[in-house]
Parts: sequence; C-alpha cells; structure tokens
Amino acid sequence: MNKYSVFSLVRNAMSYHENWQKAWRSPDPKKEYDVVIVGGGAHGLATAYYLAKECGITNVAILEKGWLGGGNTGRNTTIVRSNYLWDESSAIYEHAMKLWENLSQDLNYNVMFSQRGLLHLAHNVHDMQEIGRRGHAIHLNGIDSEFLTPEQVKEIEPTINLDCRYPVLGALLQRRGGSARHDAVAWGYARAADDMGVDIIQNCEVTGFDIQDGVVKGVETSRGHIGAKKVGVVTAGHSSVMANMAGFRMPLESFPLQAMVSEPLKPVINTVIMSGAVHVYLSQSDKGELVVGAGSDNFVSYSQRGSFDMMDHIVGPLKELFPFTSRLRMMRQWGGIVDVTVDRSPIITKTPVENMFFNCGWGTGGFKATPGSGNVFAHSIANGELHPIAAPFTMNRFNTGALIDEGAAAAVAH
Amino acid sequence: MLVIKCPFCGERDQTEFTCHGEAHIARPENPDELTDEQWGDYIFFRQNIKGYQYERWSHDHGCGRWFNALRNSVTDQFVDTYKIGEEKPAIPSDEGK
Amino acid sequence: MSQSNRIKTGGRIDRNKPVSFTFDGKTFQGFEGDTLASALLANNVHLMGRSFKYHRPRGVLSAGSEEPNAIVTIGSGKRSDPNTRATVVEMFDGLEASSQNCWPSLNFDIGGINNKLSRFFPAGFYYKTFMWPKSMWMKYEEIIRASAGMGVAPEEGDPDTYAVKHEYCDVLIAGGGPAGLSAALTAGRTGARVILIDEQNEFGGSLLSDHGAEIDGKPAMDWVDAALAELKEMEEVTILNRTAVIGYFDHNFITAMEKITDHLGPQDSNDTPRQRFWKIRAKQVVLASGSFERPMLFGDNDRPGVMLASAVRTYINRYGVLPGKDMVVFTNNDSAYKTALDAFANGGRVEIVDTRVDPKGPLVEQARSLDITIHTNAAIVGTKGYRRLKGVEVMELNEAGDGVKGTKFHIGCDVVAMSSGWNPAVNLFSQARGKLRYDEELTSFVPDHCQWDNYSVGSCNGTFTLEGALSEGLEAGLKAAQAAGFGEGQSVPATPSAPEVEHGDMRTLWYIPMDRPLARGKKHFHEFQNDSTVADIHLAAREGYISVEHLKRYTTTGMGTDQGKTSNVNAIAIMAQIRGVSIPQVGTTTFRPPFVPVTFGAIAGHDVEDLFLQARKTPMHSAHDRNGAIYEDVGDWKRPYYFPKAGEDMHAAVQRECKAVRDSVGIMDGSTLGKLDIQGKDASRLLNLLYTNAWSKLAPGKCRYGLMCNEHGMVFDDGVTTCIGENHYHMTTTTGGAGRVANWIEEWIQTEYPDWDVYATSVTEQWAVSILNGPKSRKVLEKLVDIDLSAEAFPFMAMKECHIAGVPARIYRISFTGELSYEINVPARYGLHVWDALLEAGEEFDICQYGTETMHVLRAEKGFIIAGQDTDGSVTPMDLDMDWIVSKKKGDFLGRRSFTRTDTARTDRKQLVGVLTEDPNVVLMEGAHLVRELKDKPPMDMLGHVTSSYMSPNCGRSIAMALIRDGKNLKGQSFMVPTMSGKAHKVTITDPIFFDKENKRIDGEPS
Repeated sequence: MNKYSVFSLVRNAMSYHENWQKAWRSPDPKKEYDVVIVGGGAHGLATAYYLAKECGITNVAILEKGWLGGGNTGRNTTIVRSNYLWDESSAIYEHAMKLWENLSQDLNYNVMFSQRGLLHLAHNVHDMQEIGRRGHAIHLNGIDSEFLTPEQVKEIEPTINLDCRYPVLGALLQRRGGSARHDAVAWGYARAADDMGVDIIQNCEVTGFDIQDGVVKGVETSRGHIGAKKVGVVTAGHSSVMANMAGFRMPLESFPLQAMVSEPLKPVINTVIMSGAVHVYLSQSDKGELVVGAGSDNFVSYSQRGSFDMMDHIVGPLKELFPFTSRLRMMRQWGGIVDVTVDRSPIITKTPVENMFFNCGWGTGGFKATPGSGNVFAHSIANGELHPIAAPFTMNRFNTGALIDEGAAAAVAH
Repeated sequence: MLVIKCPFCGERDQTEFTCHGEAHIARPENPDELTDEQWGDYIFFRQNIKGYQYERWSHDHGCGRWFNALRNSVTDQFVDTYKIGEEKPAIPSDEGK
Repeated sequence: MSQSNRIKTGGRIDRNKPVSFTFDGKTFQGFEGDTLASALLANNVHLMGRSFKYHRPRGVLSAGSEEPNAIVTIGSGKRSDPNTRATVVEMFDGLEASSQNCWPSLNFDIGGINNKLSRFFPAGFYYKTFMWPKSMWMKYEEIIRASAGMGVAPEEGDPDTYAVKHEYCDVLIAGGGPAGLSAALTAGRTGARVILIDEQNEFGGSLLSDHGAEIDGKPAMDWVDAALAELKEMEEVTILNRTAVIGYFDHNFITAMEKITDHLGPQDSNDTPRQRFWKIRAKQVVLASGSFERPMLFGDNDRPGVMLASAVRTYINRYGVLPGKDMVVFTNNDSAYKTALDAFANGGRVEIVDTRVDPKGPLVEQARSLDITIHTNAAIVGTKGYRRLKGVEVMELNEAGDGVKGTKFHIGCDVVAMSSGWNPAVNLFSQARGKLRYDEELTSFVPDHCQWDNYSVGSCNGTFTLEGALSEGLEAGLKAAQAAGFGEGQSVPATPSAPEVEHGDMRTLWYIPMDRPLARGKKHFHEFQNDSTVADIHLAAREGYISVEHLKRYTTTGMGTDQGKTSNVNAIAIMAQIRGVSIPQVGTTTFRPPFVPVTFGAIAGHDVEDLFLQARKTPMHSAHDRNGAIYEDVGDWKRPYYFPKAGEDMHAAVQRECKAVRDSVGIMDGSTLGKLDIQGKDASRLLNLLYTNAWSKLAPGKCRYGLMCNEHGMVFDDGVTTCIGENHYHMTTTTGGAGRVANWIEEWIQTEYPDWDVYATSVTEQWAVSILNGPKSRKVLEKLVDIDLSAEAFPFMAMKECHIAGVPARIYRISFTGELSYEINVPARYGLHVWDALLEAGEEFDICQYGTETMHVLRAEKGFIIAGQDTDGSVTPMDLDMDWIVSKKKGDFLGRRSFTRTDTARTDRKQLVGVLTEDPNVVLMEGAHLVRELKDKPPMDMLGHVTSSYMSPNCGRSIAMALIRDGKNLKGQSFMVPTMSGKAHKVTITDPIFFDKENKRIDGEPS
C-alpha cells in the first residue's frame, strides 16, 4: 500500500499523480472464506478491518450489492458523539469515540474527524431534567460532559436565537463530539482492510443463504455461491430482508430518514447543535454547507428519495433557532433507509442460524458508532461469543425485556 | 408526499395520516400461555417487508378512523386501503419487484 | 466605455429604462430587462468570481440557472443574498453586487496561490495528508474551513416576508417554452385547471434567444404572444412566470418558488412577500424543462470569456450584448453555428473551430458563404489569458480524436463560444423516481419510464427540433387533460409549421486532447464550481473510485450549487472511456431536489415568529397575564410556572406559594390536563384493559386513580378517571400525554376491539379547570356553589355536578397535594369567570395563585409521581412500589404479560425511593446520580438518578425522589451524590413520602 502523507503527495505531484495505486483491489470472489461480511457500508468495512487487524482473520470477503458506503454511510449527517444515557450505550459509543480519535492515523486515511464540540439544547424543564440526568451519567462514566448556561451557548454559537419559541434554558456540551467525513470513513477502512488481504467485492448482491441443519455454510450471490465458515450481516435498512432470507424476523422497521444541505458558506456554525424541542439539528461541513437533519418518514419504505413534508417541518425550526438562515438556500435533500428498534439501541447478536451474526438496528445514529461497532462485532464473530461491550445489545433482550431505552429518555434520537 | 385514500373520506394528503406499522397482528387471546419468546415476537418483531406489505394507518387530521392498507414499500404506492375487519386485498402478482 | 459590448439595437431589454448598479463598489449602467450577467458583459466585465478550490478567475459560463461560475452576493447586511447566480438576477436600479471567495479583491486574490500550487491539490488530496502531527488537525481544519465555503451568511433578521400557497390542478406544466406553451394550449382548451410555470421573467424559453425562428411563417415570438394571450383568457389557467419548479415528489406533488419582489429590489414595506412557495398537487404533469448545453473539455477551458455557445447567442439576441468582439466558436455540432452567424451579423469577428472532419449542411454553408473561417477536424488545445481570455491555441485532431497533430496555431480572441452537444434537463423527471435511458444518438440521458403520471416534451425529452417540440407539447397537453377527465373526444390540433434548417451529425469528443499528456500544465475542467478536472477523473479511476457515486464524491463532481447541470454527463462519459465500458454501465447519479437552490425563508413561509408552533393557552390565560404569571412551556402549552410578587425571584415565590397552599388555600389552573369523555356499554371494559387496576365496580360519582402501561409493561401515563353515570366516564391524563393516550385508546378500540361499544372523545379544551388546594378550600368554594361540601356529603374521591358562580360545573374532590382539594371543571367559556370569582371569594383567606413548580413541590412532599419525570418509559408499577395498583384478579390488561419476563421480573431493578441529603439545605440537582462508592474521579458505579428534587418549606428541608437499583432494599442506607464540580453530597435513602404520612389533611378544615 502506498503510504499517504504530505511527502507521498508531493512525490506523486511530480509524476502528475499517475503513480497512485488503487485504494482497494476488485478481486473475484474465492470459493470460500473464513468470514463473509454482507454489506459494504462503513460498519461492515470496519468489521472486516478489525477482523484482520485484531483477530488475525484475513480470509474475509465483504459483499456489497452496490458501491462501498452507498447506504447510510454516505447519506448521514456525520455526527459523532458518545454522550448517551445508559451505561451500555456509553460503553459502546465511547469505545467508538476512542477509536475515532486515532482513526485517521490508524487507517492512514484522513477521515477528517473534527472534535468541534456538540451541543444538546434544552428548551423546557423536561429537557433540563433530561440533560441533567444524562450529563451526570456521562460524566460518571468517565466521558466529557459539561452543562452550559444560555449565555455560554451564545458565546459558542453567536448566531443562535436564544429567545426563540421554547427559549434556550441551557445545554449539554460534549467537547469531544463533532463530525467526520463520511465517505472517507468507508474508503479508509476499505483501503486498510484490503491491504491486509480482505476481498472487497462490489456489485455482488446476496440473494440467499446456504443453511444446512441450522448452520450457515455460505451465501448465494449474483456472482454465484460463496462458501463461508461464518457470516456477519451488516446491512442496516435491509437487515430484515436478509433475516427473512435466513428464515427469521427482526425487531426492526425501516424508515427513510431525511437530511439536507444548504449552499456553502464561510464558517458561521462552529459546533454540532441538536435541539429536540424546536426539532432541528445542524452543523457546518468543512466544505461550508450547513448540514441539517430532519426526522424520518413514519412509514416503512425502502426508497431513498427525499420527501417534502419532513423537510417542510424542519425549515421553520431552523429559521426560528438561526434566523440568519432565512435568506440562505437549500441546495440538496435526500433520504437514507434507517433500521429502527423500539428502544432506539442497536442489535449486535447471534441468530437462530449458527455461525450467522447480525449487526443492525443503529437507526438514525449509526455513523458515530462505526469504529466501535465494527470492532466489537469483529471480536464477536471471531470468538463466536458476543464481545462484553456488545453483549447487552443481543436480540434476546426483546424477549427478556432488558431493553436499553435511549428513546424513552432522550428528547430526539440521532 | 403521497395521496392516500381514506376508506371513509376519500383521497387526502399524506400529511393528514399516520402509519402504525404492520397490520393483522392480533393480540394474543391468552398471553399467559405464551413463552417470553412468543410474547416478544408479538410486541417487537416485524416482517418489515421490502415490497408489498399490509399496514395500519389512521386518518388523524381527518375522520380519525384507523384502516388497513396494502402498500409497496419500494415504490411507496398503495394498492388499496380497506376498513378494519374487511377482507385483505391480494398481493399483486409482480411480487413487489 | 459605458456598455461597450452593447449592440446598438435589438434584444428584449428596455432601452428606455436605463439603470445603474454596482459591482464590487464600482458603478455601471444597464437596462431593465438585463440580468446582472448581461449587464456586466455589456460593460465588458467578464471576471465575476473565483473558483472554490484553486481561486481561479471565472467569468460567466451560461445564461441561466445552470451557472456554476458567476456566483456573487447581492445586497448587503440583513438583505444580503450570498451565492446568487448572476445569470438569474434581474436588473433593477440601485442593484448592489459583490464578488465572493476572494481577498483582498476579485482582481488580486491571495487565494490564487492555490492555483500555483494546484498540482499538490488533486481530487481528494485532503484524505492523504493533514494527518501529522495528529494534534495539528484541528488547526489545519480551521484553515480548510476558512478557505472553503463560498459567500458570507447574511446578518440576522431578514426584513422580508415570505408566503406559501397550496394549489390543486389537473395539469401542471413545468416550462414555458414552445413545448410547454403548446401543452398549455391544448390542456387549457379542454377547460381543465392548468398551471403553467416558467422560471424566467418572460415566456418563450429557447425562442427568446432564437433570433429568426419562425412559426407559421411569422416570428416565433408572435406565436408565443398569441399563445399567452389565449391562455390568459382561459379562466382555469394560472400562469406563473419567475417561478421555478424545484421539486417533484410522490403522487405529482410539485413544489415551486416564485420570485415576487426580487427583481424590484428591496421593498420599503413588507406587505408584499419577497417570494412565494407553491405546493401543488397535480393530477397530471407535463415536463417541458428544456436542456442544458455541454461545455467542451479543453485545456484551460475556464478562462473568463469561455462560454457556452447558446449562452453567447442568448446574450446577443435577448440582451443585445455581444460578449466580445473577437469570437472563436468551438463546436462538435451545428447548433453553435447559429451563434457564429448571429455574432457575425452583429459585427463580431468570428472563427469556427469544428471537431468534425467534414461538417456539412445549410448552417455550415451559410457560415462559409459569409467567409467565416472554419477550422475543421480541429480542436482548441489551450487558452491564453488569466483574468480574461486573450486567445486560443488550435491544432488538428487525429483520426480517432484522442490526439492532435500538426502545428499549433494561435487565434486571438476574447470570447470562446463552445458546444459539445446537449443534455435534456431530466432533473425533475429523475426526482420523481423516473428511470433514465441513454440515447446513443443524442449521447445523453433521456426519460424512460416513471411510476407517476407525467409526460416529458421538447428538448427535455431529447426532441430538439422546434416542430417536434410543438407537436409533442400539443399532444401531451391534450392527453394529460384527458387523463384528468377533460376534453373527451377532442383531437390534437395540427402542429404549426416551424421549418428549420437540417442539422448535421455530431462528432462527440468527451475530452479534447492537447499536444502533451493530460495534466501537464493545463487543466480541463468538467466541473467548474468545484474545480474538478478530467485529470481528477483519471485519478479517481486509477485509485478505484470508479462507480459513478464514488466518482462524484471523490472528485466533488456535481456537488456544487448547480448540482452538476453542465458537468455530470461529461464526467460519466469520461469515466466510461477510461474504464472501457459503455456510459450506461457507469450509470447516472440520482438528481435530488431542489432543481435550483431555494431559500429557507420561502419554505418556512408564514411559519415564523408568532405563527411558529403556536402556543396553546388556557381560557384563564388573560388572568394569568394580568396577575403577573411567569410561564413554563409544557408541550405546546403555556402554563403559569409561578406568580412572583414584587421583588421575588422564583425560589422566593415558590416557597411562599408552597406555604400558602398548606396553610390556607391556593388556586391553580389545571385546564391543560388531558381529558377524555368515554361512553358506551363497554366503557368499563376499556378501562380494565387500559389501567392496571380494576374498574368494574366504580360507582357513578366516584373517582379512581389509575396507571397505564404499554405492552412492554412500562408505565406511560396516569390520571384519575371518574364514573359520571352509567357507561359514562371522564378520564384525565397528564398534560403532555393527552394526545398519546387518546391515540392509544383509538388504536385498541378501532383495530383490536371494533365490536366493543365504546367511544372516547378528547374534551381537553372543552373544560376549564380551576383547582383549589388547602385546608380553607371548602370555605372558599362554599361561597360560590349550590351543594353541601361537608366531608360526609362530598367525600374524597367523589364528583358532584352543581353550579358555581351561576354556571354549571363538575367538581372532583381529588388531590395531588394531600390537602383538601377541589378540581372545578366548567365549560371552557366560563373558565375565566369562575377563576376570577374564586379569586374574589378567596381574598379573605389570602388565596394564593400558584403555578406548576409549586404543584411539583407539593406533590413531591407527598411522594406522588409525575409520569414522565419520575418515570421514563423503563419503569413498571412495581418499580414505583405501586404493586397495590396492579390487579391480580381482574384478568388480562395491557402490559401485564410483560411483568413476568425474566428481566422485568427481577427484584433488583431500579425502584423509586425517597432521598434526603445530610445537609437539609442542599437541594440536589435533578439528574444527579447516587454512586455506590465515591472515587477521586469517574468512572463510578451509578445506582440511579434523582428524578425530583426541591426545597420543601413545609418539611423545612430539601427533599428528593430517585430511581435506584434495588432501591427498596437500600432504604436507610447512605450514599454519595457527586456533582459535576467535584463536590459530593451525602444522602440517605428513605420512603418517598415526606409530609403528612398518615394522610390526615385530606379533609381540610371543617366549614
């Protein structure tokens, strides 16, 4: 692998950038792999990377029906944070956060992870109680968290309208929160995994599973049968489709989540801002676009189109909270298919099929978990038992009642 | 922004409606006889079909009535809507592809 | 010098209305009817902006909304509009424009250094560097952020207003060129309701620029005028100009943005909205959105002066501007010859560079007959000039078109008019989930099929002849109207004759080769705004970013404000060429709404300020205003939070209110509480289903408290329900939960038990509720009612219907404070009257108005929960130590089965307890956690959190409630509560009842 650095950039500039290598190969699938990962999004790519790097399993294939990172990886609003309420959530998101903090160097690919800070605004007494509880919990879990007064919020974000409908009463700040460049995460993991021998196979759709006596033996694909000792399914919005192929159901529903960007502007929003009561969340990308997230459509859909009514609901709040946006223009809107659980927590699990593992249910907030999710999933697949951080997220919690209900307490889930 | 045919009011804008997920899941007659798995399956596990699926909707900002629908989750188009208790329509032969 | 490029006559500008405007502070003259771009070109100003990455000087490329280069800021201060395309800004007197993304000036931009260093900044360079040292990234990023972005955000406080309009129609026509107008005519003639929309100030589309075009033997614009005149006479036809169709959503839901005052400049009054956002549901849609010309990808094709041939023609014919005196037309097709001929006719010196070996046909012959030099089989390989084009270098092409030969020669020129063919504007069709097909002959994507009812006509359908456009429009208009139920039996009228000269074949060269390898010295831009070059596409391919989406994301092609209108197809074609596959194999990206960027203000429309999420107010709100209430937002409601007296802060007010209620009497507004009227033979059956306790035996006039669980077994609401009469109940819910409970009930009675005879009706807003609390409540109330209030006649948990202050009322003797309490419900219209009457009656007892905070303290003193505060969706009735309310006998109810699941049945779950601080003056912060063991620093093992915490004047100390793991077993034990600042408070776990444990106060003072 060519190492990326300012020196290699200069050296390659001298040869007109004609000597850069492929970031990843495009091999034909082998007959069999130790592990087949279904889904070439960032979570799947990260899983393969950590399988190779930390578990010594390099005979791994990633099967992607379209292009790498083409699902929610490339469609989300790129927020990264680890300020969750429950201990189980804190553990996995903070595990991810620690990996984020070295990810560019680890992958030798600049994922532009930017810890610009993340603000959760509180607009009413209930919100204040919610951030009070969560802020303390995060703090006592050893994760950074600060309470801000409205005045402190204004100092950080001078363009905010504190005196909006539902005035800003306070905020919870995670300074280590921020955003990253979503495509780069997929590409960086792909390149690094490929370098360790992982086969990345794009345009390869899984059409069925080869299951014998309750044990998975391989996958049927648009490019033929591929044998697999173990299968990890990381297909986000399409997890139910995969589960149905394997003969079971998931506690999931898939909804289109809507987002949009404005035209690019010189820096004006400094952090990531999330508001439940006024219902908008936004940040400004390095390119200058305001990245604004909306809610998801409330019916099951597998279409990634942008829908109008959700956008319509978000623009009023945007203008209310940031009046300067009135004359700015929306440049592009789109949707991504998110797989949502009842408790708004992910599922990392064994399945009724032996040697088949699922990692899904990240809902509207999977991007931030990418490194942690891939890491614990890799260990879970390698060991055949869920990693301790992953264990609480087993699908069985929906039978025992041990839900990890981030939805119940949080004002708005991302 | 779909147009949805309320079986009571006729065609109305999607913004008047709420979807409530998979239809035709009956509440178990005697929950005590179910295992935790069977009970969990009833409250949490869903088919989440990519293609034609039966759903429950309600006309919240209209007549307030709940009804069922057969809809394609890929094209988002409705095949039909029907009142609670009515026979469910057949899935079209293209199988939602 | 003024308007040196203005042609003496002609054009659609109003020469009687001169205007002056400024660009970067310098004053220029133009005319009404100009765009900012045409007026600047008239003044021979080509340099209008700097590119995003390399800060290269850029001029105007196009004459429409596809413009990637000429991006400026209009206005200033609160009325500043950054990132505005100069090509769509209509001129008005006093217009103020300024350049962007340059410092200190457009002419001398320090950022231009990026261009010198550009070889170090290929596509995706930032992924490969800025990683060392790690700690520096945030600094690097700051620099990247500052140099990225385009315009500067306006100051806060947009003075303009915006409107939104909803509309329905039978046929919506997007585009008012020849195809769209034809469709409007046939659709309109059927009597169908038609909306015709065009982005421009005038209708006519391409005909506005097409000097010499004829329809039925007359100038084409005569036909346009006649068509418009006829349409204006039609009652059901709405004609919208200056309106861009921007979104095409499911079921033909169309969004469009109308500019109302933008072309007039800042308005003194905002009676007229600046823009109007249209939301239109159309039965049928006709797309007549035209096409975009493609640029030629030759070396340094971005110099100011290099323009699309059609744009040059538009400036000449529509705006009376010859953008330069010396023009080179560079083309692979015949359409650009019209530009050459029009420029020549207006005094321009013109040479043509044509990639074709042997161009033929009438237009070519006409050019030859005028002695216009045509260099055939030739290509521009490079340009001269930096801030303004000075000339081009031309060479002969080889047979394959992938290289050049012979000697290079120079042509001095100040304008290049280029054409590499046309792309149908399929953007709206694609937004509507339409599938595209690649047309080999046109070398571009055309509409194929779509799940919604629409017709593409004219050049957006790949039909580039005028007669073809007219004919398709006439037919589609009628078909659409007929599909919508109009014009039965009508037939399509004959297409007017619009003879055009024959066009010869194209010679498509996606990349124009030069006399040295790619990327040596010169840049071939395919995406101007984001500075993406052909070499970048090669780099992407080399590195494996070969799918169309990877190409787009890696090179940022199509990610600009123009969304790749001029660049996408070229980029896809070049990737196909590199990979040796067909263009459809590379595929196309999905076009996303909006078609052109749209202001947030317009989308928000009226939904701003007082009309943004309107507050709900109770019938007594005006009294609260009068009495100095401070409000709390609870859901959408404004509820009195507390009633401070002069000089009191919140703490003082609440302490006073709390004392006053227990010492004498207080009154609060309980109108926001959710209320449901439940009737029917199966009403008690419903209550038994919903609540955890039994309801069958509740007698008329009696009240009962209940908890509701969801099917997970978790508490989600609570309240008192009263039996009003046989099969008739009045249910109350929490304020925030009212809607949720109403929906919950409907779900069960409509879907699961539709055969039950029971109806639930929300009556929250029908009843105004004044709540008296305190030992002297009875004394106040008896002055106003016509019933016996003695504890015997009107006991706790009973309801009486009576009259109060002359109006009918239902009075519930229930209590959320442990005091004698009456919840007085009257029809909403009497709420204010009764409130005032109660205040007056209570005056002699120093009746105290109190708000929600005092209510919270008083209920906490008694250990009463607030669902949503002391519960969070993960708490069972048993966790609340309320096993007593869970019926073991009545049979099944919602959530019951979940109680026995292994995790839910655990006895060491988080449970509600009381918490008392060692120091009675310390009020714990709500949300603070108890830890098993205090450590120097986190992490610490948390037992649970404080849900409610107050200073209680009646207990004379602070009190708190908490949800604590295994809490029931920990009573009496002490733990620490660390604060964020590092301090910690010692606390003891107790029962959560702090006041009047024996419930002695419930009957108050006898009267």
